[in-house]
Amino acid sequence: MLKDITIGQHYPTDSIIHRLDPRSKILITFALIVSLFIINQYIGYVFVVAFIGISIILSKIPISYILKGLKPLYILIGITFIINLFMTSGETLYKIGPLVATKEGLNQAIFMAIRLILLVIGTSLLTLSTSPIMLTDGIEYLLNPFKKIGVPAHELAMMMTIALRFIPTLLEETDKIMKAQIARGADFESGNIINRAKSLVPLLVPLFISAFRRADELAMAMEARCYRGGDNRTRMKELKMKTSDYISLAVTIILIIILIYIRVK
Amino acid sequence: MGPMIDVQDIIFKYSSLDEEIKALDGVNIQVKKGEFVVIIGHNGSGKSTLAKHMNALLIPSQGDVLIKGMNTKDESKIWDIRQIAGMVFQNPDNQIVATIVEEDVAFGPENLGIAPKEIRNRVDEALNIVDMVEYSKKAPHLLSGGQKQRIAIAGVIAMRPDCIIFDEPTAMLDPSGRKEVINTIEKLNAEENITIIHITHFMEEAVNADRVIVMEQGKIILEGSPREVFSQVETLKELGLDVPQVTDLAYELNKEGIDLPKDILTVDEMVMELCQLK
Repeated sequence: MLKDITIGQHYPTDSIIHRLDPRSKILITFALIVSLFIINQYIGYVFVVAFIGISIILSKIPISYILKGLKPLYILIGITFIINLFMTSGETLYKIGPLVATKEGLNQAIFMAIRLILLVIGTSLLTLSTSPIMLTDGIEYLLNPFKKIGVPAHELAMMMTIALRFIPTLLEETDKIMKAQIARGADFESGNIINRAKSLVPLLVPLFISAFRRADELAMAMEARCYRGGDNRTRMKELKMKTSDYISLAVTIILIIILIYIRVK
Repeated sequence: MGPMIDVQDIIFKYSSLDEEIKALDGVNIQVKKGEFVVIIGHNGSGKSTLAKHMNALLIPSQGDVLIKGMNTKDESKIWDIRQIAGMVFQNPDNQIVATIVEEDVAFGPENLGIAPKEIRNRVDEALNIVDMVEYSKKAPHLLSGGQKQRIAIAGVIAMRPDCIIFDEPTAMLDPSGRKEVINTIEKLNAEENITIIHITHFMEEAVNADRVIVMEQGKIILEGSPREVFSQVETLKELGLDVPQVTDLAYELNKEGIDLPKDILTVDEMVMELCQLK
């Protein structure tokens, strides 16, 4: 039951987008987020939609699968839409009691909704096309220059790797503990919120104890394999920027320049 | 050349609440290169504590542990010692670090600062030795216990150790997983000439060893070839330890007046002896 949960939502296909260096993908996604906030006219969206659209087609990930990822955000998008619709002052369009929908509000609401949707699609494309381990590697490499000012790049990446490694193990364990407690008459499913929260205690206590014991054993196993932090450590798979990486970065820069031009024009 | 592992009269004390407990009390062991030593004993007999002394995870309170002549008390040698004396632990889940099998095998060599190409070679070689090449791109949590333990072994082999200490590697496995791991350990000893220290409480796993050491309350109480040790059925039973099933059977048959040698260790030997009975 709990085993079905996947974190990171990686959708493996053998596409150009998947083979891009994780560093360029992270940078491009970052640039895309910034660019969405540069846009202040609909014309700007045309370019971003085209950019994301082409990326999706190249990534060979079915569009329906990506749109499915939007589902949990419908409510958020809806609320943003309504707030913008009624809270912007301007020419009255429609009145419901004390609430006034304005023409400017409608405009603003649509504008914000598009921005949110593109934001989610753009970022989910990153996680869909990059395996968690590649993502971690990319983050470590990108943070490396900041080591001098005290950013623990290697440690952060190691923590993420271990967390990813233990998610399935701990989920399996949660499942086991839950079944063991149910077998002893524990009830996780009925009652109000407070009762349900209380019933989680016999689940969480053993889970935490076991997690700490695992952490202790893992630390010892890592030390036994000569782990001593990130210094002098090499990697089996080194990240290499390819021509396709430079091209995609160049395209992104051109996109941003166009968007800035549209904005200041 | 001196012994691979030289444990010189070590005592290890730790305090729990107000008591001071001697986990190891005057242990002496010398292990030659290429030897296959099995250590058996109860839970709490000090066998795991002893294992952790052999790659400097624990430092003795008194006495010295020398690995290829290097003292584990010498902090500058600690990483050399851990590279020479690899260790495989009991719980397969809690010693795998990475989310992909080959990345995990690469973890040790990466820590040693080896060049990427060489790591690649070592990883492929190590996976080949433990016969897990086809799983190299899989996620570890999808593997069986025996397979995970073989990955852990590959992770140690990739560091090119002279000696591997197995701390109850089969305790959490099912019989088929146990067999996989034991076969791998025996193969490492026979084909790669790696010195093996194997800690276990399954007596059958000790049958093929060069030497068996029995521990109780932090002391070595029996030591010798499997035949010498297991022929002392009464002493072992007094300690609450088992002997291999076949040896036990020979002992019981002897008691009933059937004339059988007391040091039978395998089913084949038993068959031979029984067929010669008149």
